[in-house]
Amino acid sequence: MSDHLVEANDLVKRFGRTEVLRGVTFRLDKGETLVIMGGSGSGKTVLLRTVAGLIRADGGGVRVFDIEITRLSEEELLPIRRRMGYVFQGAALFDSLSVYENVAFPLREHTNATAVEIRRRVVHVLSLVGLAEDVLPKLPAELSGGMRKRVGIARALVTEPEMLLFDEPTAGLDPTNSRLVAELILKLKGGVCDTSIVVTHDVELARTVADRVAILMDGRFAILGPVDDVMNSGDPAVQAFLAGEARVTT
Amino acid sequence: MEAYFRRTAMWYGGVGLLTAQVFRSLALPPKYFRLIAHEIEVQGVRSLGVALTAAIFTGMVFALQSAVNMARFGAESYVGPVAALAILRELGPVLTAILVGGKVASGITAELGSMRVTEQIDALRTLGVNYVKRLIVPRVLAALIVFPLLTVLADVLGVLGGMVIMFLERGADMYAYWNVTTYWVTPRDFLTGIGKSFFFGGIITLIGCYNGLSTEGGTEGLGRATTATVVHVTMGVIVSDFFLTKLFLMVFW
Repeated sequence: MSDHLVEANDLVKRFGRTEVLRGVTFRLDKGETLVIMGGSGSGKTVLLRTVAGLIRADGGGVRVFDIEITRLSEEELLPIRRRMGYVFQGAALFDSLSVYENVAFPLREHTNATAVEIRRRVVHVLSLVGLAEDVLPKLPAELSGGMRKRVGIARALVTEPEMLLFDEPTAGLDPTNSRLVAELILKLKGGVCDTSIVVTHDVELARTVADRVAILMDGRFAILGPVDDVMNSGDPAVQAFLAGEARVTT
Repeated sequence: MEAYFRRTAMWYGGVGLLTAQVFRSLALPPKYFRLIAHEIEVQGVRSLGVALTAAIFTGMVFALQSAVNMARFGAESYVGPVAALAILRELGPVLTAILVGGKVASGITAELGSMRVTEQIDALRTLGVNYVKRLIVPRVLAALIVFPLLTVLADVLGVLGGMVIMFLERGADMYAYWNVTTYWVTPRDFLTGIGKSFFFGGIITLIGCYNGLSTEGGTEGLGRATTATVVHVTMGVIVSDFFLTKLFLMVFW
């Protein structure tokens, strides 16, 4: 098995006549955090969803955990998705379930763990994301945006995935909560789950957590490289994007 | 016009594909059986009031109208079998399906549609859960149990309602009414109605689920999908009733 957890080759995705991805190529190594940046509507989320197999590419291919997923059926994708965690922009918590039931959900679905073991793991993973036991009985509607996001991360983490996919983890959060989420991603990288793809337009988050950064423009990566190289790139389009995004996020 | 036909073809195709997925996913893990039980409660127990009230009043109206008009031909003594045949073969299953089906299917569309626009269905998929098994199959299986049972109750109350109103309003002898009715009405009449309700249950839940899963356009789209479900269910029941009637007459007559 190669060290690449994800390998995308010449990915193309169209919606009607609009070509959102026009030949995206990248790989994600084990232990690496790749941050994908781009303006609104640039196709960042589409790319992330393609990696998770939630949408099917129209051209090119994606290998995840050394398995080509582009032609797999929904049923065949399920065991692959169980090896990754996906954190949605809006958390996508099950709104009729409590925090405890949300986080316990994947354990109840996929393991034969006892109620005691499930509770132990839920409490542990919530403590990792900085939440105390008093949130367990609360419904998602009773939580703040930052807390919802952290519960979403806890739900993705509870099955100990090999890779995490974050969709705009700091979107809609105030600076304090954004910093907390960035620190959390760094903390996870140091132990619980060391490989992730983070889709964001938050330059500060990218500086904090990225090993490599890619900037998606016009359906292709305008640049892909180590974080310092990208931030100091001489490419005028890249600099214009970074300057613009930095103004927006500060 | 072309866009309308394309949308319609895609809708029928989508419902067909969902039906195929449901057939492929029928083998549920035992832990999902409680979901079926929950759905039986949601679809059946919570719809009893609507179904039974409609049934008893339909039976009474039908018997009353039949009595007044059949008396003109001197055939009032046949009101019992006529009312019973109409209720058992058509009114019981069809009215139950339209009334309860509209309520159940629009509820399913609202719930699944809301899950779709808030990415909860995608969340299930990313957690490696087969959403057809978790969300659709228990609802369809529950409907296959609930609709025939509700129809049995509706049939009983409809026939009894007709009998009671004939006694109260027309002074009919209830013993004679019952005897004439049971003389002309056979178990086959009852069973064809129950058979229809089985199909109606499947059609109704599949429409509700498909419209929920294909909801687009946020809360406004959710409203449109819910309204469309009531129309689709009503039309689906009425149109399929014709074909089921033809089928049952060919097979069982």
